[in-house]
Amino acid sequence: MAALLAGGALLFAIPYLGLPAFYETFLYLVFHWIVLATSWNILCGYSGYFSFGHGAFFGLGVYTTATLAGRFQWPFLATLPAAALVAAGVGIALGAVVFRVRQVRGELFALLTLAVTFVLATIVVSTPIDGGPGVYLSGVAVPALGPTPSGSFYLMALIAAAATVGSAWWIYRSRLGSGLFAIRDDEDVAEVLGVPTFRYKLAALAISSAFAGIAGGIQALFVSYVTASETFSIIVPLTVVLMSVLGGTRHWAGPAVGATVITVISYASTAGDHVLAGRAAVGAILIVIILFMPDGILGTLLDRRARRAAMAADRSSAPQPVPVREVPTPASAPARNQPAKADAPLLELHGLSKSFAGIHALQGVDLVVREGDILGLLGPNGSGKSTLINVISGHYRADAGRMVFAGQELQGLPAHAIARLGIARTYQIPRPFAHLTVRDNVVLTAMFGRAAEDRVDATRQAEHWLEFTGLAGKAKVLPDDLNLHQRKFLELARALAARPRLLLLDEVLSGLTPSEIDSAVALIRRIHDQGTTIVLVEHIMRAVLALAGRIVVLDQGRVIANGSPAEVMTHPAVVTAYLGSQADAVR
Amino acid sequence: MTLPSLTLLAQAVLSGIFVGALYGLLGLGLSLSWGLLRQINLSHFALAFLGAYLTYQLVSVGGMDPLATLLIIAPCFFVVGAAIHWMLARFAVTPLNSLLVTFGLTVIVESSIQWYWTADFRRLVSSYGEIKFRAGPLYLPLPELITLFLAVSLCLATWAVLRYTDLGKSIRAAAEDGAMATAFGVNHRAQAALLSGACAALAAAAGVCLALTYTLTPSQIYAWIGVVFAAVMIGGLGSAIGPLVAGIIIGVAEAITMAVTAPSWAPLASFTLLIVVLLVRAGR
Repeated sequence: MAALLAGGALLFAIPYLGLPAFYETFLYLVFHWIVLATSWNILCGYSGYFSFGHGAFFGLGVYTTATLAGRFQWPFLATLPAAALVAAGVGIALGAVVFRVRQVRGELFALLTLAVTFVLATIVVSTPIDGGPGVYLSGVAVPALGPTPSGSFYLMALIAAAATVGSAWWIYRSRLGSGLFAIRDDEDVAEVLGVPTFRYKLAALAISSAFAGIAGGIQALFVSYVTASETFSIIVPLTVVLMSVLGGTRHWAGPAVGATVITVISYASTAGDHVLAGRAAVGAILIVIILFMPDGILGTLLDRRARRAAMAADRSSAPQPVPVREVPTPASAPARNQPAKADAPLLELHGLSKSFAGIHALQGVDLVVREGDILGLLGPNGSGKSTLINVISGHYRADAGRMVFAGQELQGLPAHAIARLGIARTYQIPRPFAHLTVRDNVVLTAMFGRAAEDRVDATRQAEHWLEFTGLAGKAKVLPDDLNLHQRKFLELARALAARPRLLLLDEVLSGLTPSEIDSAVALIRRIHDQGTTIVLVEHIMRAVLALAGRIVVLDQGRVIANGSPAEVMTHPAVVTAYLGSQADAVR
Repeated sequence: MTLPSLTLLAQAVLSGIFVGALYGLLGLGLSLSWGLLRQINLSHFALAFLGAYLTYQLVSVGGMDPLATLLIIAPCFFVVGAAIHWMLARFAVTPLNSLLVTFGLTVIVESSIQWYWTADFRRLVSSYGEIKFRAGPLYLPLPELITLFLAVSLCLATWAVLRYTDLGKSIRAAAEDGAMATAFGVNHRAQAALLSGACAALAAAAGVCLALTYTLTPSQIYAWIGVVFAAVMIGGLGSAIGPLVAGIIIGVAEAITMAVTAPSWAPLASFTLLIVVLLVRAGR
């Protein structure tokens, strides 16, 4: 900390050391690119929405300042907040359209933002904002922040860089950052687990573009003559992406590292006699680094360190006992759900229907789940069980019907709001966040689920549920290192950490060995004992009969039977639809 | 905004078709490598310009016929393309990183071009350049006609190969699921190298057209990226005909925009079109 302060003081003292202006100008460029790359990373690195449109927000800043300072004689410093606001405003407007379309991800988003850049450039060139010949700012006074103009530019860029990197660091550690990283790994799951994805992406885009706008505003005065072709060129977004990827997009400091490295290399190469050879060398270095360090400099280094730590932890921990044995008694569970008045309806579905391009997955499903139930949901493949789970959790929107959960209407609510109310689910094929550790996977739902805890409480909560599911020894590894059984239990731990009132289990037992099934059944019973209501979608009849107090059978999107296991198993419609045709599925 | 005469408008549409054909031809290789190999090959543009400069060199120094240079350049580029693919496949580069790697290649190629040919404008002087046909009041320059012919025939040929031959079918199967296709006996690797080589050869063809119709300068490499990407996205990834059709639509839209308003408004047509298409298609 002291070193940080001393370093910061030294950076601020540089203009007063009487160094040649050349150094200040060079450092200005370094900080300029740090602002651009780091601000890009706040949206694109954290959430994985790679944008090629950062030049657009930079350009908006350039032209806001150029217009206000050049034409309307605003004092320069007053134009910078305006530059940030204009850039953020356009960012929000763009995001409000683009982020609503679920499929605009990956390369589509990248190109869309690139196209926006060209559209903006066209408008700027063709209207009096620029008009074609460019805008001169030589008449605008440079604010006397430092002893010399170059010192002033240096200080402005330094402050902007400190603010940007500071924000990136803060977001990295905040709820917003956790949510964004979850979006990067699996946006649909993040939303279902309670992350307000739309709002978070919009916030990240607004912050990201505001800083780009400020960088543009300062740069406008720095170059003092702005042209649209330079400002909106494809070089700006490409360089920014390059710097961030080079440094590592999953870390707050990655882009700053990348920006420094690239600025130094390209400066060293353009300062020499062999300008072209230098540029070619930059290209070659880029290729080599991407090929050998695809996660970037910082990403690769941190990854190596994390791997070493995980290996050390693995060695120190004894071989894992069977998970069930080491679970603490339910009484020790913190903040256990109150076993509410039994038999009160918790979830009511009325006439729920959902079609996909003519296929009627759900046709008027009526269903009541009572507080304290374990409801077994059965049905042949394609009967609509998974669709039902997806509709209840809000991933799909029902075409018709009503859903009431604990007195609250669910239909029309976004998935994250439904999660917040206390519905959690697991996935049949586990979908952990691949780049978060096992613990962070669980922490995330504790932060975003019904419990909505801060990070400290969420971590404690996560530790508890990892212990409960027998994954405590694996807390620091990445989900890829788990076997199927452990991944299924991670799904459970993640769902439980949300402290749900209703837990939707989508075939948690499929693919497990008989002894693993036994331990999972015991675990589910213990979850139920803590007061959680459970809907169990399952094919393994032995487990359903062991757990469920009531069974509902779906066939072709309709409820064909509803009652106690004994009633349902002898129901003629069930025998024909389910047992009759697929008798071999019953063990 | 003044409405231009009908002749002027027709000439504008015609020139839009010509430039659109070049968009489509440039987009063809890009679309194939992106859609079928999951490689976003930015160096496609650099290769096209390298091809254009090589054509310029072979014609003005070697005295060759511009079209005949293709017989030399295309095979060389085929090898280069296969080598690029080998590199990207060897390191299992993700689509986004492939963009960055090929951007690095583009910078290297651009620097090399500038080193050898300098940043000065270069204009190919050939026997084709002076020939113009007349259809009524409209002019049809021969270089542009050659571009149109090459673009249409290459796109149709590629489409037919992908659609009807066993090779094309297995390439499309491997694009859907490489591991699965390999399990069914498709030599995925060899095919991918072949395809990548073919894309580079297509860049050579686009290069000849560039040399025939445009004045060359190294920085122009970047000027084409945006609009050709738009053509590929509108036309559909992995499609052979799509980029050509989209390219011509964009070209005509730009040309009409230029004729009706000012030339500087032209990009608005293509990119607004792209944004709308992306949003509408993704929203379905």
